[in-house]
Amino acid sequence: MILVWLIGLLLATGPVAWLLDRRGSQWPRWIALGALAIDLILALILWTERDAHLSISSQGVWIADLSAPWIPRFGITLHLALDGLSLLLVLLTIFLGITAVVASWTEIRERAGFFYFNLLWVLGGVLGVFLAMDLFLFFVFWEVMLVPMYFLISVWGHEHRVYAAVKFFLFTQAGSLLMLIAILGLTFIHAQQTGVVTFDYQQLLGTTMDQTVALWLMLGFFAAFAVKLPAVPFHAWLPDAHTEAPTGGSVILAGLLLKTGAYGLIRFAVPLFPAAAQAFAPVAMALGVVGILYGALLAFAQTDLKRLVAYSSVSHLGFVLLGIFSWNTIALEGAVMQMLAHGITTGALFILVGALQERLGTRDMRRMGGLWATLPRFGAITLVFAIASLGLPGSGNFIGEFLVLLGSYRVNVLMTLFAALGLVAAVIYSLALIQRTFHGSAGESWTAPDLSTRYLVTLGAMIAVQVWLGLYPQPVLDAAGQTLQNLRGFGEAIAMISRG
Amino acid sequence: MATDDFIALLPLLVTALSSLIVLLLAAFHRDHALVAVVTSLGLTVAFLTLPVAAGVAPRQVTPLLIMDAYALFYAGLILVASLAVTILSYGYLEKQEGQREEFYALLLFATLGAMTLGAASHFASFFLGLELLSVSLYVLIAYVRTDGRPLEAGIKYLILSGTSSAFLLFGMALIYFQSGTMEFARTATLLAGSVEFPSTFLVGLVMIMTGVGFKLALVPFHMWAPDVYQGAPAPVTAFVATVSKGAMVALLLRYFVEIAAFRSEILWWAIAGIATLSMFTGNLLALLQSNIKRLLAYSSIAHLGYLLVAFLAAGPLAVEAVTFYLTAYFVTTLGAFGVVGVLSKPGNEAEAMDDYRSLFWTRPWVAGVFTIMLLSLAGIPLTAGFVGKFYVFAAGVDSSLWVLLVLLVVNSVIGLFYYLRVIVVMAADGRRDVRPGENAQAPQVSYADSLVLAALSGCLFWLGLYPAPVIRLVQAIQKGLIGS
Repeated sequence: MILVWLIGLLLATGPVAWLLDRRGSQWPRWIALGALAIDLILALILWTERDAHLSISSQGVWIADLSAPWIPRFGITLHLALDGLSLLLVLLTIFLGITAVVASWTEIRERAGFFYFNLLWVLGGVLGVFLAMDLFLFFVFWEVMLVPMYFLISVWGHEHRVYAAVKFFLFTQAGSLLMLIAILGLTFIHAQQTGVVTFDYQQLLGTTMDQTVALWLMLGFFAAFAVKLPAVPFHAWLPDAHTEAPTGGSVILAGLLLKTGAYGLIRFAVPLFPAAAQAFAPVAMALGVVGILYGALLAFAQTDLKRLVAYSSVSHLGFVLLGIFSWNTIALEGAVMQMLAHGITTGALFILVGALQERLGTRDMRRMGGLWATLPRFGAITLVFAIASLGLPGSGNFIGEFLVLLGSYRVNVLMTLFAALGLVAAVIYSLALIQRTFHGSAGESWTAPDLSTRYLVTLGAMIAVQVWLGLYPQPVLDAAGQTLQNLRGFGEAIAMISRG
Repeated sequence: MATDDFIALLPLLVTALSSLIVLLLAAFHRDHALVAVVTSLGLTVAFLTLPVAAGVAPRQVTPLLIMDAYALFYAGLILVASLAVTILSYGYLEKQEGQREEFYALLLFATLGAMTLGAASHFASFFLGLELLSVSLYVLIAYVRTDGRPLEAGIKYLILSGTSSAFLLFGMALIYFQSGTMEFARTATLLAGSVEFPSTFLVGLVMIMTGVGFKLALVPFHMWAPDVYQGAPAPVTAFVATVSKGAMVALLLRYFVEIAAFRSEILWWAIAGIATLSMFTGNLLALLQSNIKRLLAYSSIAHLGYLLVAFLAAGPLAVEAVTFYLTAYFVTTLGAFGVVGVLSKPGNEAEAMDDYRSLFWTRPWVAGVFTIMLLSLAGIPLTAGFVGKFYVFAAGVDSSLWVLLVLLVVNSVIGLFYYLRVIVVMAADGRRDVRPGENAQAPQVSYADSLVLAALSGCLFWLGLYPAPVIRLVQAIQKGLIGS
């Protein structure tokens, strides 16, 4: 039941926050914060007691598992389940949700109620995506994230918000519908073979089918996840959406929505079609490497601070794609670690950039420079996250990228070589960010208040998590490892069967 | 006729009786509110007789009508839609000048015709139902005579509808010439052995399809739709878009299932072509519209195209998909046009984009209803439209219509674009200073109208979140239809 509570609490408090807006705009903020705090406590309870609740079935190791019939006609169930991988991402979701609420505290003055309604619903949708074990339910949550995010961008965004919001919606929706067809195709193939119509993930695992059919269906899933991830060349929506969204929206977009794409690949696209994924792996890995280098190159070329951070996401998520399609335990653990670390780092950078824009009224780096003198706390904290972003040892990003490279080296040396160049490029654009903004000669004489205590506490917590990930990653790797090993072992067994 | 025959016909009889009462009231005691109440009551009673009629179903009443679960389901759908239109019309007509009572009599006639179509098992009842529906619509569309546009729309509909009826009649004549019978079931028996249709029969079918295509506003027979949608009073537009089309689809589906029409490859390809054209034309032209009513008209052309994709899937799942999709489409379209009607002022329909600007901040509830209706049209989860679209996809995948499905995806994305555009306009903060309730020009939404919109929104979420009961119902009627 705790899983229903996790999601339900956010979805239920959304309308409450909206309605209580009439009492004053403080209400929705505190309600959103309160709901997320309760969720965090629930998730932490799950985390500390995770070993006590493990139930081992043939298809996985679940900490919590819940299933109820929904649409019996198509064998659709309300099936939520949580394992180590999901739990990590749930924790990330709630944590970044809280930071997003805090970051929007002063930025959102207009229609705060509706804003927090949308924020809570996006988060509820993301939690649902990480927990749903029924493909239909998964698709529903997948779309539930979309509409509120669209509103977040199009109502509270910056100059070109409508363009960015529509672009975001169209890209994701096109991918989603292809995935829907693939889901249905898989279900019907399964039904033809077994006579059972079901959308249940665990039952659909291990459906055998013709190699070409499998490839097409896998591509249907890949389309949706590659758009969200984003993998080059499906990334065109990302810079616009991230740049135009309000701070809270950017944090959730970069920190969480991109992760849903990666999660989908790990949980669904590859395990459901292991042989097809294996055949497709070189292409996907190449897309990952291209993403790493292309994203880094474009990040360096930006003058808009937010766009720089956005393109750096394309680069970082390239590592995730590379790691996933290397499909060995080390690379996968690296990918998961990279997902978590990137969520924290980029989330923090967006908060910083957002706060900077709130103070200066611009994101243009050409007008900045020498800000360290006026905003020392800003500078120091940005430096910490920029260094984390470039993957210095001691940060979670380092662990993630290192493990991905280690894993992919076993699969393809050449690609690993090029991907490693991305680490160098990351140094260049990350330091360029610091250099152009905080050092050098002052472009204009800005006077602005430095970070307030509220921000210091939030960002301090993010630094703590980041350092923990970097220095003591073992608990995280253990939690994810079990799941990944299962998914992998499963995929391998199927690949053997279909080959032999 | 036995007593059971009358029991089976109760929904039709009650509707007919109500229309007579309304006519008498209009003649002797004009009172708008009273007439509206009587009409609503009549429709409600007719709806309540459905379970009674279901007790004796399936029953062939004369060679003309068959009252089975399928007919009763559509009758129910039509009655509920008419009830919604009646209530919305009351609020709408209250604002207009002139005599209003006959409107309700015509509405009841049209409803009767639509129900007849759903139950028709013979060309005679098919034509009878169709004309009853169409002739009432000519007047309903042009009912508000203070303005030129409803008249224009009425005339347009009259001429094109007349032409389409001519096609239909000719088609029926050809089929009769070939088979010597006008009963659906006997036609089916005669054709049971043949692999391909005789050519005269096929020509007849194509003619009928042309006539039906006009009524359903399928491309290339869609020219009337935008003008009529725009010109007609908003509640009547809702009626044309839902009841009139739904009844026609019900008839077509029954006939095609009965004679197993898709054994003919030519026919299948022709309809596949029509579906593709309707999807693309509807969506692409909707992109260019700046008038909400025209936009919804083109969007409904596209939606009928989606429906045809399910139709083409043929087989048990197709019947379910079409019926469910249509149910979802009814709810959504009624809601959308309901909002348009509620926002309209006398002599000024709320159809320009500007009428919707910042609606979110001036009238959040109405804007909220319109938003979820548009999202349902776009097929976003949690709404009825999504489950409908899911059903269409399922039927398509089941029959491996991959190309059509990919086209459907492309079109859904195009469609999303213009639905979003309307939502963007509503969410725009062009007048940041406007506060809720301050927009004095906007008419007040009456209690009854709010109730209808709330009920439709409720249905929308019910179908979207917990469709299992309706799916069971749809499955049952599918078994009745395919089994018979």
